[in-house]
Amino acid sequence: MPMGASVPDYRGMPLEDLDVSDPRMFQYDYWHQLFARLREECPIHYQPDSPAGPFWSVTRYEDIVAIERDTETFSSEPSIAIIDPEPDMILKMFIAMDPPEHDDQRRAVHHVVAPRNLQEFEALIRERTTEVLDSLPENEPFDWVKLVSRDLTTKMLATLFDFPWEERNKLTEWSDMFTSDVRITAGEGYTREVIIQHITACLQRFTELWHERKGDGKEAFDLIRLLQADPNTENMVDDPLTYMGNIMLLIVGGNDTTRNSMSGGVVFLNQFPDEMAKVRQNPDLIPSMVSEIIRYQTPLPHMRRTTTRDVELNGRKIAKGEKVVLWFVSGNYDDAVIERPNDFWIDRPSVRNHLSFGAGIHRCMGNRLAEMQLRILWEEALQRFETIEVVGEPKRTCNLFIRGFTELPVKVTRFQS
Amino acid sequence: MTLITFIQHDGSERMVDGDVGLSLMETALKHDVPGIDADCGGGAICGTCHCFVEVSGDLPAPDSQETAMLGLRPDRAENSRLACQIVVSEGMADITVRLPEFQM
Repeated sequence: MPMGASVPDYRGMPLEDLDVSDPRMFQYDYWHQLFARLREECPIHYQPDSPAGPFWSVTRYEDIVAIERDTETFSSEPSIAIIDPEPDMILKMFIAMDPPEHDDQRRAVHHVVAPRNLQEFEALIRERTTEVLDSLPENEPFDWVKLVSRDLTTKMLATLFDFPWEERNKLTEWSDMFTSDVRITAGEGYTREVIIQHITACLQRFTELWHERKGDGKEAFDLIRLLQADPNTENMVDDPLTYMGNIMLLIVGGNDTTRNSMSGGVVFLNQFPDEMAKVRQNPDLIPSMVSEIIRYQTPLPHMRRTTTRDVELNGRKIAKGEKVVLWFVSGNYDDAVIERPNDFWIDRPSVRNHLSFGAGIHRCMGNRLAEMQLRILWEEALQRFETIEVVGEPKRTCNLFIRGFTELPVKVTRFQS
Repeated sequence: MTLITFIQHDGSERMVDGDVGLSLMETALKHDVPGIDADCGGGAICGTCHCFVEVSGDLPAPDSQETAMLGLRPDRAENSRLACQIVVSEGMADITVRLPEFQM
């Protein structure tokens, strides 16, 4: 906790005064206390006033799942972000659609992250990962976020899109920008106007790439050519709001999420050295550890739904048209479902049973890709590094939609060969 | 006794006895039959136990949640089901469960 930052004392506060909209709870990592109290005393909480307007918070695992199952009452339209989109700039993305349109759109792009295609990518992703890890300095502190998590996710995204290599940092810049509205970043982010300028630039670049590639006869291997090769999506570029919506979904979905889990893993293995010893002893635990990292980090802490009718939930009456925020990060630490939730426990029972990917029809489409990237990172890192040590206080992201790290000082030593 | 035959995408087969009260998903996990991930543990909310079912006789029809999840599968067929939603019952006919190329 830096000087000058004050942690609210949630214990004595009246329930109606609890502020669930302040991103500093993630920046300074004091959210545990808030959500523990909500789960215990007010699992369906109403906040009448916030920078994003009034909204409900749902904090228990089982309530979140119940809502995710009832897509008729809890709609994903017009937005899954707590802030409503501008009426003149509603990008068509299936994450913010209901059935049946959602199902058609999702099925159309599902194949780009299908495990069959992932096998093709695996060797390439391993090669990039190896390059990044081999270039890290030894025995001197460096920023893991910058040199590993950010660099690696950017390179992987560029690889998946076959995006021009020298321009690849744009992908991460766009992704950061799209999720950093001033109203969810305690004023640190960007205004709507600036974000829209960048969306336009992003669309323009991707439209150029589409036309350069269309009909060039090369084998479909990147996400753009995969879209072009499928009869359902072969003309997507003609509908810019849909093309941009899908591009944005793939960029954001494949960026902050994996990036922050890559950093989180290092932090957790340092906080729980016994777990590090366990995975060193038995590297077969890496896939299970990856699931536990994803639960423990919960890089996307919430999604929003909107009620399509008046509904009663756990005795609380929610009117039609209200915002309902599902706090996956809270559900993932709900001891009614997750045993010893505060423990980072790499071989916990039912380790895949977490809410970080959501649940139901909107469950993360790229989950297998994310798991593969993290698995490869840890397979390669544990082989190379005898120690991976956090040597300073991590800096965390100030964003209500993203739980992550902006800086993580780390020192590594390599095995002597 | 209900015999359950799991057939992998590569054609390899495994036949096991079904226990009354266990779902096809739980049966696969109990016998370490690969090809079923069951991320959500049986709530029909992840879709990672998708399979193609062949049985002589009727099975209880999928409910709306199962139908919604099956609707996302690009490889959905007439006999697509979620293995977690079919529970072996007393006197149930033998059943063949074909597994897809991959779960996601």
